[in-house]
Amino acid sequence: MIPNDRKYTRDHEWVKIEGSIAKLGITAHAAEALGDIVFVELPAVDKDVAIGDGYCVVESVKAVSNVYSSVSGKVVEVNEALDANPEKLNEDAYGQFIAAVEFTEVADNLMDAEAYEAFLAEQE
Amino acid sequence: MDELKKTPLYEAHIALNGRMVDFGGWALPVQYSSIIDEHMAVRKAAGLFDVSHMGEVFVLGSDAFEYIQKLVTNDITTMTPGRCRYAVMCYDNGGAVDDVLIYKFADDRYMLVVNAANTAKDIDWMQAHTFGDVKIVNESPLWAQLALQGPRFADILNAAGYEGEIPAKNYTFTENNIVAGVKCLVSRTGYTGEDGVELYCAAEDGLKLHAAIMAAGKDFGLLPCGLGARDTLRFEASMPLYGHELSAELNPVECGLDFAIKFKKDFIGKEPLMQPKTRMRIGLKLVGKGIAREHCDVLMNGEKVGFTTSGGPAPALGGNYAMATVPADAPADARWAIEVRGRAIECERVELPFYKRA
Repeated sequence: MIPNDRKYTRDHEWVKIEGSIAKLGITAHAAEALGDIVFVELPAVDKDVAIGDGYCVVESVKAVSNVYSSVSGKVVEVNEALDANPEKLNEDAYGQFIAAVEFTEVADNLMDAEAYEAFLAEQE
Repeated sequence: MDELKKTPLYEAHIALNGRMVDFGGWALPVQYSSIIDEHMAVRKAAGLFDVSHMGEVFVLGSDAFEYIQKLVTNDITTMTPGRCRYAVMCYDNGGAVDDVLIYKFADDRYMLVVNAANTAKDIDWMQAHTFGDVKIVNESPLWAQLALQGPRFADILNAAGYEGEIPAKNYTFTENNIVAGVKCLVSRTGYTGEDGVELYCAAEDGLKLHAAIMAAGKDFGLLPCGLGARDTLRFEASMPLYGHELSAELNPVECGLDFAIKFKKDFIGKEPLMQPKTRMRIGLKLVGKGIAREHCDVLMNGEKVGFTTSGGPAPALGGNYAMATVPADAPADARWAIEVRGRAIECERVELPFYKRA
């Protein structure tokens, strides 16, 4: 199930807005496509990010993948649990954020859950 | 993916939900379930690989022995029929054309198993160096090749119905075995660092053999394994992969394959390989956080001196490792690091192979 409490990018990332904070993560489809995730290179807290920036690198056994930000702002928190247990992204991609950003701007080309589901179906 | 070459087992990969990729022009599964699960199955139980893309090149004729002896680095004088031997085929400058596994049937009949992506290049090289009564025959399309690897391999072969002799010693083979009703050549060889066999059968029998082994392996924890696990397993066991640790630019001496190079005989590329080596292959374990892949800069005491040839996690050992090419005179007490995305990750030099089966 694709949660309808957040928005999605064509690169299979999600962003969930909670007041002034945007939580960023990757979708279950992205995690599945990567395979066994073995390392998440988390951004530094206080790092400034802009829309479209690669702010994090997720590595599976065979693949290295950039994760892009769909907001501009400052990283205020990272999900430290992914440091020790990167496989949590495979187990529960929608339950694990990567970074929380105090945002100034949100990308204007995001999809809602329904549109993302249709986008995935198109990709098949 | 329609334009890709298909192995005789293509339909089995699709039926088993293999994630198909383009591997040097071949449609092959990178994984079926999870690379880590498949890797661990081979270390603890068994895994079944489709390696039909590998090339089978026969060398026939009364000069076959002399010819191969000249063609490769290893000495085949001591080979009797039923033996396999690893060797490297070199250019005149010592660089590697390919690494090969030689099967001896008779003094006038050998089979060389070569890397899939190199098959055409190898055959050109081999053809160009024939002399006397030597015939090179590419039988690759006629054969299906399966690798059954892991401690339970013999249990699975027996459960599948095995008539004949399972080759008892490493690097030996037996012919005319009947496995699950299919005639097979079976060798005690592999590319995983684990015990196991490779089975060769007629291409048209491949699907039947694969299905029978999968069914027989159910009770023994057998998993079908893809290219991903094949690479992590050979990497963890520190076996060279052509194009990475060994290539036209990285010769077998620099790769540390001394066991397969015999300077007491003559072979193409011998003179350059006898020169003192300037580079060597070493193993590094990452101490700092991160994963180093191939083509990363390697720092010795803070200075760039070499590069990684393969790198990644070693699932059975835990942790991240890399193999690297560095100056041969690197001191034992050097400090090592690998640069990944602009960050130097501290490493510890470790013995090769990383993993050695008990």
